[in-house]
Amino acid sequence: MQVTITINGEPVSRDVEPRQLLVHFIRDTAGLTGTHWGCDTSNCGACVVLMDGKPIKSCTILAAMCEGHEIRTVESLEVDGRLDPLQLGFHEKHALHCGFCTPGMLMTTRALLDENPDPSEQEIRTAISGAICRCTGYKNIVAAVRWAAEHEEVPR
Amino acid sequence: MSAIEERPIGFGRLKRKEDPRFIRGKGTYLDDIRLPGMLHGAILRSPFAHARIVSIDTSRALAHPKVAAVVTAKDLETLGLAWMPTISYDTQAVLAGDKVRFQGQEVAFVIATDEYAARDALPLIDVEYEPLPAVVNARKALDPDAPLIRDDKEGQVDNLASPTWEAGDEEATDRAFAEADTVVERDIIYPRCHPAPLETCGMIADFNPDTGQLDIYNGNQAPHAHRTVYAHVAGLAEHMIRIRCNDIGGGFGNKVPVYPGYVCAIAGSIVAGRPIKWIEDRSENLMSTGFARDYVMKAQMCAKDGRITGLRVDVIADHGAFDSTAQPTKFPAGFFHICCGSYDLQASHVRVKAVYTNKAPGGVAYRCSFRITEAVYLVERMVKALAMEMGVDEVELRMRSFIGPEQFPYETTTGWTYDSGNYAETMRVAMDIAGYEDLRREQAEKRARGELMGIGVSFFTEGVGAGPRKHMDILGLAMNDGADLGVHPSGKAVVSISCQSQGQGHETSFAQIVAEELGIPPEDVEVRHGDTDRSPYGLGTYGSRSTPVSGAAVAVVSRKVRDKARLIAAAMLEASPDDLAWEKGRWYVKGDPEKGAMIEEIAARAYSGEALPVDMEGGLDAQVIYDPPNLTYPYGAYIAVVDIDPDTGHVTVRRFIAVDDCGVRINPMIVDGQIHGGLAEGVGIALMEVLTFDEEGNCLNSSFMDYLIPTALECPDFELGETVTPCPHHPLGAKGVGESPNVGSPPAIVNAVIDALHETHGVDHIDMPCTPARVWRAMQGRAEPPQ
Amino acid sequence: MQTPAPFEYERATSIDGAIASLREHGSEARLIAGGHSLLPMMKLRLANPEYLIDINDLGELDYIRVEAGELRIGALTRHVDLLQSELLHRHYPVFRDAEEVIADPVVRNRGTIGGSLCQADAAEDLSAVCTAAKATVVIRNVEGDRVVGMDEFHVGPFMTAVGDGEMLTEVRLPLRPGGGSAHEKVERRAGDFAIAAASTAVWIDGGVMADAGIALAAVGPTTVHVARAEELLRGRAPTDELIEQAGAIASEDCMPIPDGRGPVDYKRHLAGVLTKRALRRSTARALHTEA
Repeated sequence: MQVTITINGEPVSRDVEPRQLLVHFIRDTAGLTGTHWGCDTSNCGACVVLMDGKPIKSCTILAAMCEGHEIRTVESLEVDGRLDPLQLGFHEKHALHCGFCTPGMLMTTRALLDENPDPSEQEIRTAISGAICRCTGYKNIVAAVRWAAEHEEVPR
Repeated sequence: MSAIEERPIGFGRLKRKEDPRFIRGKGTYLDDIRLPGMLHGAILRSPFAHARIVSIDTSRALAHPKVAAVVTAKDLETLGLAWMPTISYDTQAVLAGDKVRFQGQEVAFVIATDEYAARDALPLIDVEYEPLPAVVNARKALDPDAPLIRDDKEGQVDNLASPTWEAGDEEATDRAFAEADTVVERDIIYPRCHPAPLETCGMIADFNPDTGQLDIYNGNQAPHAHRTVYAHVAGLAEHMIRIRCNDIGGGFGNKVPVYPGYVCAIAGSIVAGRPIKWIEDRSENLMSTGFARDYVMKAQMCAKDGRITGLRVDVIADHGAFDSTAQPTKFPAGFFHICCGSYDLQASHVRVKAVYTNKAPGGVAYRCSFRITEAVYLVERMVKALAMEMGVDEVELRMRSFIGPEQFPYETTTGWTYDSGNYAETMRVAMDIAGYEDLRREQAEKRARGELMGIGVSFFTEGVGAGPRKHMDILGLAMNDGADLGVHPSGKAVVSISCQSQGQGHETSFAQIVAEELGIPPEDVEVRHGDTDRSPYGLGTYGSRSTPVSGAAVAVVSRKVRDKARLIAAAMLEASPDDLAWEKGRWYVKGDPEKGAMIEEIAARAYSGEALPVDMEGGLDAQVIYDPPNLTYPYGAYIAVVDIDPDTGHVTVRRFIAVDDCGVRINPMIVDGQIHGGLAEGVGIALMEVLTFDEEGNCLNSSFMDYLIPTALECPDFELGETVTPCPHHPLGAKGVGESPNVGSPPAIVNAVIDALHETHGVDHIDMPCTPARVWRAMQGRAEPPQ
Repeated sequence: MQTPAPFEYERATSIDGAIASLREHGSEARLIAGGHSLLPMMKLRLANPEYLIDINDLGELDYIRVEAGELRIGALTRHVDLLQSELLHRHYPVFRDAEEVIADPVVRNRGTIGGSLCQADAAEDLSAVCTAAKATVVIRNVEGDRVVGMDEFHVGPFMTAVGDGEMLTEVRLPLRPGGGSAHEKVERRAGDFAIAAASTAVWIDGGVMADAGIALAAVGPTTVHVARAEELLRGRAPTDELIEQAGAIASEDCMPIPDGRGPVDYKRHLAGVLTKRALRRSTARALHTEA
């Protein structure tokens, strides 16, 4: 079936099987490999993207179900060569090692800051509790989000 | 924050050079790579832990329109690839032919046009099995009536995988125990767990039939060693095999072994003449790839006059169905015999034997430093047990028993030579950060109110950076690493290294080493790794060896370049080399500091047409293969504070204090990050991570729904401290740190749980994981081992 | 990553259209809303429906409102909205308690109350919440709507009173004065299913409990409705001793099985402990004495 999804502001159309998962549509059809996958049971959060501004696990939704919705991936964070404060914060605070969970973490925390611009440490930890990081122990991710909260210049 | 700020030339808190691609989602992980004409592989796996294969019928799968081929053991036999050698000199079936020996074992390999179709084809392969009784419990593997697992091995009459390995002195130990005034005994299990990096294992194999070149893309912690294995197994010349690792989404030891899926992808590509991608799903990763630990240990520890004097340990190691543990050849139990610990013992004796069971192969993984996680868990748990028996504070017992700073270099009772350390000082720093006295007061107050709070300690000395060629090899390969440094005419540099980052920040820290030694800014030093065509031979990254071995290699090669630069500078400055002194980035004349040559100028000269010293070749580069003279011995003091809900047994790690002495820190930010990550893994292992099996050998934790990894809500805000005792033999004084946090944290947490429950509930032992149910059971006096 | 077997897909544009499709395709058709129970099962190939009817466009099923003296929740209401609803929290704080520990915040953006209830996993929190809250559910089929109580709704493990060609459309909560409710859960790790969980609701009038609701998750083949403890409490003042007894009954009447989360004795113990905790908090909330 023909599926058209708006990804990062651009419509992407392809004839796909109904069973194609959004994560594969994003990676294979749209060629945006920044969104990753790491499990089979919707636990790890490596696949998180934003749908209509809310974080969702793209491995647990069909591409077909996303037609008519806005999907944003990690590739959308940098605009005209300017990095998102979260991207800067992750770099500043060493909030990534292998980088595999990073896109999911960035999209999850982008949505958090959009809704709650001044989150507490506990609120940050809760917000990212649907995403696993095996490398960082989370402490620097929390610090990075706080840094971003304190360095947001332009409202989004 | 260290004294060297913002843009340090050399050591210091430098933001990572590799970040830009990752924060943009532009990393290149295995599944991101698409090659023209690429096909997809999927593996059919055994549902049974132990069964004869009666027949395999692939006809229905072959009839699927999107299936290109189905490979079974029979097909591999014609290529001589049905079995492959393991790192521990055993053999492992690539695809099962006669029998399956663990649930999840590889039985057939489907190659299809896309991954959905490959998955669809799997149930179309009809395999008839004749189930056999399974050996699941390592303690029963050597029972006389235990089914024989490895009937494929000639002369194998039982399930012994590796005969008993001993270290220490049995007689001296018996004497120590006879003379002791306190003895404690424990059965301590380090349960089977799994490194579970967020990116699963996989490979793209691309054989070009026209050129005979085999290109491999593979997240792999030891690419050169793998290339050697593939050359041997596939009968290709090594220079015709190129392995590119690109970006790896975590390794933690899981990406050290050669897996059957890799061999299938290679064989498939050679036969099909097209690229084949195989990437496992999470359940395959948990069920079939290299697990960690699974040590069943019986231990006794004794004390005399208030000091620890002896340790005796007997271990049954569960290696799974094939022996594919990774450790130096002469050390079949890895470095477990470092369980003599950080104490000035009178004697110790260690025995380890390994058995086969009907479970996935593995054992050495997950930041274990070759079994040092097991060793430290054992000794630090025993110290707590002994302290409880003696009625003394466990810190006090350690302080009295530590090897003293004046005793270094110290030869332990199991043959280790620790080169340096000041253990008491590190312990004190940890206690200061923790506010140890205040914590004990708080604990007493809470106990009076019926609240359960525990404080647990662990102190570890580990040996990493394997290793000297005179002592160690893996598969006959020396554990030496190379470094190639080239300084260009522009004065910028490229350093190619053997070790292989899976997130450790090598692109930054190794650039910093060159920067420190040569004064070339880190942003002008390109670090190359992850491509066997463009990096020197070495044994890779695991066992915390990157800094001790590759880091040393980079320091040494930088100094070689600096030495050559001195000679060129002497010619440029018309001075004698002996009259020159070095300040970072510049050789200058001792009596006339204005007169000097910057490294960039020297580089330009090296490539120019102008005169060079007699007999000197042009260019400014050097190569080194570094043979470490010894292991390095990082150590640390860890303190865990836990709160336990008295009615539910739920454990919360409220605080975790970690003071590491890993010698000189090249990039303190990266060091701290490594420690945070390892501590989180320790929280997981102590509280929730375990691979369990039912009586038939079915794996009960084969997804992230049941193999639980800590989230941000379970990890406390780690509190770190440091002491710095430079390694005496390492060119930079650095020791390596990657595994220390995983080594030291589980015993601290478990000791804290016991500490919370000992006085009120009489708990003096509990095995991991300390889930609410297991803790509650222990509180009722009904603690049981996890399997 | 694991992937589902092939199927056909349709987007429903109306409730009746969805029902008509269900009838047309029979037992091989499944509704998909949040999809976080169904899709994982399909990826593991434990469920292989041939026809999926996507009801996510049926916005008319996404609401939390007061109507006809009841608090009514549309079946498509997402967990995140149940969590954030002040209206719901004011009347039934048990929902927010539960939502804070259901799955994780990202999954909660998609999962729905209808999906959770119809999944009928005994370990599922909202089933216990609704049972304790004395909820009724509305099931629609081609002939119209019928209203069913939670006991009748829970037929068996993973089985509800929603039959072929039927759809759950609404959850109704009674609005009665003097109410207080709470949910208590113990899990091995954040986001995990409960080892055991207890939902309770009390309605206090003149110092005695006019009514009580007690239900347990994860300790039986379906949600355990601890009716015997409710009977004990009805008409009596909420004393510590009474709550202790109610907890003991919860322990006795549940039917846990041993598994990776815990053995039977621990789960029974937990059922009792959590029932007591939830009752104490429910009572404090009903009396407005919660700290």
